[in-house]
Amino acid sequence: MELSTIIFFVVAAVTILSAAMVAFSSNIIYSAFSLLGTFAGVAGLYVFLGADFVAGVQVLIYVGGILIIILFAVMLTHRITDVEITNRTVGRIPGFALIAVLIFLLVQTLRETAWLRAKEVSFAPTTATIGDLLLESYLLPFELASVVLLVALIGAATISRKETKD
Amino acid sequence: MVIGLESYLTIGAVLFALGLYTVLTRRNAISVLMGVELILNSANLNYVAFSHYTSANADGQIYAIFVIMLAAAEAAVGLAIVLAIFRIFHTIDVEAAETLKE
Repeated sequence: MELSTIIFFVVAAVTILSAAMVAFSSNIIYSAFSLLGTFAGVAGLYVFLGADFVAGVQVLIYVGGILIIILFAVMLTHRITDVEITNRTVGRIPGFALIAVLIFLLVQTLRETAWLRAKEVSFAPTTATIGDLLLESYLLPFELASVVLLVALIGAATISRKETKD
Repeated sequence: MVIGLESYLTIGAVLFALGLYTVLTRRNAISVLMGVELILNSANLNYVAFSHYTSANADGQIYAIFVIMLAAAEAAVGLAIVLAIFRIFHTIDVEAAETLKE
Protein backbone atom coordinates (compact mmCIF):
# COMPACT_ATOMS: atom_id res chain seq x y z
CA MET A 1 0.00 0.00 0.00
CA GLU A 2 1.34 3.42 -0.91
CA LEU A 3 2.09 6.03 1.74
CA SER A 4 -0.51 8.45 0.34
CA THR A 5 -3.21 5.77 0.59
CA ILE A 6 -2.34 5.18 4.24
CA ILE A 7 -2.46 8.93 4.93
CA PHE A 8 -5.84 9.13 3.16
CA PHE A 9 -7.28 6.40 5.37
CA VAL A 10 -5.89 8.06 8.52
CA VAL A 11 -7.45 11.41 7.53
CA ALA A 12 -10.77 9.73 6.65
CA ALA A 13 -10.77 7.85 9.97
CA VAL A 14 -10.09 11.05 11.93
CA THR A 15 -12.92 12.80 10.08
CA ILE A 16 -15.51 10.08 10.61
CA LEU A 17 -14.52 9.19 14.18
CA SER A 18 -14.64 12.79 15.36
CA ALA A 19 -17.97 13.28 13.54
CA ALA A 20 -19.25 10.21 15.40
CA MET A 21 -17.96 11.78 18.63
CA VAL A 22 -19.96 14.92 17.80
CA ALA A 23 -23.07 12.83 17.24
CA PHE A 24 -22.78 10.40 20.16
CA SER A 25 -20.93 12.24 22.95
CA SER A 26 -23.10 13.13 25.92
CA ASN A 27 -20.99 16.14 26.88
CA ILE A 28 -21.42 19.19 24.66
CA ILE A 29 -17.86 20.41 25.33
CA TYR A 30 -16.49 17.15 23.90
CA SER A 31 -18.86 17.48 20.94
CA ALA A 32 -17.68 21.03 20.26
CA PHE A 33 -14.00 20.10 20.41
CA SER A 34 -14.58 17.01 18.24
CA LEU A 35 -15.86 19.33 15.52
CA LEU A 36 -12.22 20.50 15.27
CA GLY A 37 -11.18 17.01 14.10
CA THR A 38 -14.02 16.83 11.59
CA PHE A 39 -13.30 20.25 10.08
CA ALA A 40 -9.56 19.65 9.93
CA GLY A 41 -10.11 16.18 8.45
CA VAL A 42 -12.38 17.57 5.74
CA ALA A 43 -9.68 20.17 4.99
CA GLY A 44 -7.22 17.30 4.59
CA LEU A 45 -9.60 15.55 2.19
CA TYR A 46 -9.80 18.77 0.15
CA VAL A 47 -6.00 18.66 -0.14
CA PHE A 48 -6.27 15.09 -1.44
CA LEU A 49 -8.80 16.34 -4.01
CA GLY A 50 -6.38 18.99 -5.29
CA ALA A 51 -8.51 21.86 -3.94
CA ASP A 52 -5.80 23.86 -2.20
CA PHE A 53 -7.72 27.14 -1.95
CA VAL A 54 -10.87 25.51 -0.57
CA ALA A 55 -8.75 23.66 2.02
CA GLY A 56 -7.30 26.99 3.16
CA VAL A 57 -10.75 28.58 3.30
CA GLN A 58 -12.00 25.58 5.28
CA VAL A 59 -9.27 26.00 7.90
CA LEU A 60 -9.70 29.79 8.08
CA ILE A 61 -13.50 29.95 8.25
CA TYR A 62 -14.54 26.67 9.86
CA VAL A 63 -11.69 26.01 12.29
CA GLY A 64 -10.83 29.66 12.89
CA GLY A 65 -14.31 31.16 12.78
CA ILE A 66 -17.33 28.91 13.13
CA LEU A 67 -15.73 26.59 15.70
CA ILE A 68 -14.71 29.57 17.83
CA ILE A 69 -18.20 31.09 17.88
CA ILE A 70 -19.70 27.67 18.67
CA LEU A 71 -17.29 27.36 21.61
CA PHE A 72 -18.15 30.92 22.71
CA ALA A 73 -21.87 30.06 22.58
CA VAL A 74 -21.21 26.93 24.65
CA MET A 75 -19.31 28.93 27.26
CA LEU A 76 -21.89 31.77 27.34
CA THR A 77 -24.84 29.43 27.93
CA HIS A 78 -23.24 27.80 30.95
CA ARG A 79 -26.14 25.72 32.20
CA ILE A 80 -26.36 23.62 29.05
CA THR A 81 -24.72 20.61 30.68
CA ASP A 82 -27.99 20.12 32.56
CA VAL A 83 -29.98 19.69 29.35
CA GLU A 84 -31.03 16.15 28.57
CA ILE A 85 -29.56 14.76 25.37
CA THR A 86 -32.41 12.48 24.37
CA ASN A 87 -35.39 13.64 22.40
CA ARG A 88 -38.93 12.52 23.06
CA THR A 89 -40.05 12.45 19.44
CA VAL A 90 -37.06 10.61 17.95
CA GLY A 91 -35.04 8.58 20.44
CA ARG A 92 -31.55 7.19 20.11
CA ILE A 93 -32.51 3.74 18.83
CA PRO A 94 -34.89 4.91 16.04
CA GLY A 95 -32.34 7.56 15.11
CA PHE A 96 -29.59 4.97 14.93
CA ALA A 97 -31.76 2.67 12.80
CA LEU A 98 -32.58 5.59 10.53
CA ILE A 99 -28.96 6.54 9.89
CA ALA A 100 -27.97 2.87 9.40
CA VAL A 101 -30.62 2.50 6.69
CA LEU A 102 -29.66 5.88 5.23
CA ILE A 103 -25.93 5.06 5.04
CA PHE A 104 -26.73 1.66 3.49
CA LEU A 105 -29.00 3.19 0.83
CA LEU A 106 -26.62 6.06 0.00
CA VAL A 107 -23.53 3.85 -0.25
CA GLN A 108 -25.42 1.26 -2.30
CA THR A 109 -26.68 3.95 -4.68
CA LEU A 110 -23.35 5.66 -5.16
CA ARG A 111 -21.58 2.37 -5.78
CA GLU A 112 -24.03 1.29 -8.46
CA THR A 113 -24.30 4.60 -10.27
CA ALA A 114 -22.11 5.05 -13.34
CA TRP A 115 -20.74 8.53 -12.64
CA LEU A 116 -19.56 10.74 -15.43
CA ARG A 117 -15.74 10.70 -15.46
CA ALA A 118 -13.28 13.29 -16.63
CA LYS A 119 -10.57 12.19 -19.03
CA GLU A 120 -7.81 12.96 -16.59
CA VAL A 121 -7.53 14.15 -13.03
CA SER A 122 -5.39 17.24 -12.54
CA PHE A 123 -3.61 18.52 -9.45
CA ALA A 124 -2.84 22.03 -10.71
CA PRO A 125 -3.07 25.04 -8.33
CA THR A 126 -6.65 26.35 -8.38
CA THR A 127 -6.40 29.77 -6.73
CA ALA A 128 -5.95 31.75 -9.97
CA THR A 129 -8.78 29.84 -11.67
CA ILE A 130 -11.12 30.49 -8.73
CA GLY A 131 -10.22 34.18 -8.72
CA ASP A 132 -10.98 34.47 -12.43
CA LEU A 133 -14.29 32.61 -12.05
CA LEU A 134 -15.37 34.74 -9.07
CA LEU A 135 -14.83 37.96 -11.01
CA GLU A 136 -16.25 36.72 -14.32
CA SER A 137 -18.95 34.03 -14.32
CA TYR A 138 -19.84 34.32 -10.63
CA LEU A 139 -19.58 38.09 -10.19
CA LEU A 140 -23.23 38.60 -9.19
CA PRO A 141 -23.30 35.84 -6.51
CA PHE A 142 -19.93 37.12 -5.29
CA GLU A 143 -21.30 40.64 -4.80
CA LEU A 144 -24.52 39.30 -3.27
CA ALA A 145 -22.41 37.29 -0.82
CA SER A 146 -20.96 40.51 0.59
CA VAL A 147 -24.48 41.89 1.12
CA VAL A 148 -25.55 38.61 2.79
CA LEU A 149 -22.56 38.75 5.12
CA LEU A 150 -23.28 42.38 6.03
CA VAL A 151 -26.94 41.56 6.75
CA ALA A 152 -25.93 38.54 8.83
CA LEU A 153 -23.45 40.66 10.80
CA ILE A 154 -26.02 43.35 11.58
CA GLY A 155 -28.73 40.76 12.26
CA ALA A 156 -26.56 38.77 14.67
CA ALA A 157 -25.56 41.92 16.55
CA THR A 158 -29.18 43.10 16.74
CA ILE A 159 -30.58 39.76 17.90
CA SER A 160 -27.97 39.07 20.56
CA ARG A 161 -27.83 42.51 22.19
CA LYS A 162 -29.76 43.25 25.36
CA GLU A 163 -33.18 44.86 25.12
CA THR A 164 -32.79 48.49 26.18
CA LYS A 165 -36.38 49.78 26.02
CA ASP A 166 -38.68 49.83 29.07
CA MET B 1 -7.83 -0.54 -3.07
CA VAL B 2 -7.90 2.51 -5.32
CA ILE B 3 -9.04 5.80 -3.88
CA GLY B 4 -11.68 7.14 -6.24
CA LEU B 5 -14.80 9.22 -6.36
CA GLU B 6 -16.75 6.58 -4.43
CA SER B 7 -14.41 6.83 -1.41
CA TYR B 8 -15.13 10.53 -0.99
CA LEU B 9 -18.86 10.08 -1.63
CA THR B 10 -18.93 7.37 1.05
CA ILE B 11 -17.25 9.67 3.57
CA GLY B 12 -19.75 12.38 2.59
CA ALA B 13 -22.68 9.99 3.08
CA VAL B 14 -21.44 8.95 6.54
CA LEU B 15 -20.87 12.58 7.56
CA PHE B 16 -24.37 13.47 6.35
CA ALA B 17 -25.96 10.60 8.29
CA LEU B 18 -24.08 11.53 11.48
CA GLY B 19 -25.16 15.16 11.07
CA LEU B 20 -28.77 14.12 10.55
CA TYR B 21 -28.57 11.93 13.67
CA THR B 22 -27.23 14.89 15.65
CA VAL B 23 -30.01 17.18 14.42
CA LEU B 24 -32.72 14.60 15.13
CA THR B 25 -31.69 13.36 18.57
CA ARG B 26 -30.39 16.50 20.30
CA ARG B 27 -32.61 18.90 22.18
CA ASN B 28 -29.75 21.29 22.82
CA ALA B 29 -29.93 24.09 20.23
CA ILE B 30 -26.12 24.41 19.91
CA SER B 31 -25.81 20.67 19.24
CA VAL B 32 -28.45 20.97 16.52
CA LEU B 33 -26.35 23.72 14.90
CA MET B 34 -23.29 21.45 15.09
CA GLY B 35 -25.27 18.78 13.22
CA VAL B 36 -26.15 21.33 10.55
CA GLU B 37 -22.45 22.15 10.17
CA LEU B 38 -21.67 18.44 9.68
CA ILE B 39 -24.33 18.22 6.95
CA LEU B 40 -22.95 21.32 5.19
CA ASN B 41 -19.43 19.86 5.35
CA SER B 42 -20.62 16.62 3.72
CA ALA B 43 -22.29 18.61 0.94
CA ASN B 44 -19.09 20.60 0.38
CA LEU B 45 -17.03 17.41 0.27
CA ASN B 46 -19.33 16.05 -2.46
CA TYR B 47 -19.09 19.30 -4.45
CA VAL B 48 -15.30 19.28 -4.39
CA ALA B 49 -15.07 15.54 -5.10
CA PHE B 50 -17.33 15.82 -8.15
CA SER B 51 -15.42 18.91 -9.28
CA HIS B 52 -12.16 16.97 -9.06
CA TYR B 53 -13.25 13.71 -10.68
CA THR B 54 -15.95 14.54 -13.21
CA SER B 55 -15.05 17.92 -14.70
CA ALA B 56 -11.96 19.85 -15.68
CA ASN B 57 -13.11 23.22 -14.29
CA ALA B 58 -13.33 24.54 -10.75
CA ASP B 59 -17.09 25.28 -10.62
CA GLY B 60 -17.67 22.79 -7.80
CA GLN B 61 -15.03 24.50 -5.68
CA ILE B 62 -16.78 27.86 -6.24
CA TYR B 63 -20.03 26.33 -4.95
CA ALA B 64 -18.16 24.94 -1.94
CA ILE B 65 -16.80 28.43 -1.18
CA PHE B 66 -20.29 29.95 -1.38
CA VAL B 67 -21.65 27.21 0.91
CA ILE B 68 -18.85 27.91 3.41
CA MET B 69 -19.72 31.61 3.27
CA LEU B 70 -23.41 30.90 3.90
CA ALA B 71 -22.49 28.48 6.71
CA ALA B 72 -20.56 31.27 8.42
CA ALA B 73 -23.56 33.61 8.14
CA GLU B 74 -25.90 30.85 9.34
CA ALA B 75 -23.71 30.03 12.34
CA ALA B 76 -23.47 33.70 13.37
CA VAL B 77 -27.23 34.34 13.14
CA GLY B 78 -28.14 30.92 14.58
CA LEU B 79 -25.91 31.30 17.62
CA ALA B 80 -27.19 34.86 18.16
CA ILE B 81 -30.72 33.42 18.24
CA VAL B 82 -29.53 30.72 20.68
CA LEU B 83 -28.12 33.42 22.98
CA ALA B 84 -31.39 35.38 22.76
CA ILE B 85 -33.36 32.22 23.60
CA PHE B 86 -31.05 31.58 26.56
CA ARG B 87 -31.57 35.14 27.84
CA ILE B 88 -35.37 34.85 27.66
CA PHE B 89 -35.97 31.21 28.69
CA HIS B 90 -32.77 30.55 30.73
CA THR B 91 -32.31 27.27 28.83
CA ILE B 92 -31.48 26.35 25.26
CA ASP B 93 -33.63 23.24 25.13
CA VAL B 94 -35.37 23.58 21.77
CA GLU B 95 -38.65 22.39 23.29
CA ALA B 96 -38.69 25.33 25.69
CA ALA B 97 -38.61 27.73 22.76
CA GLU B 98 -41.54 26.25 20.88
CA THR B 99 -43.91 28.91 22.19
CA LEU B 100 -41.59 31.64 20.78
CA LYS B 101 -42.37 33.86 23.81
CA GLU B 102 -42.24 33.70 27.57
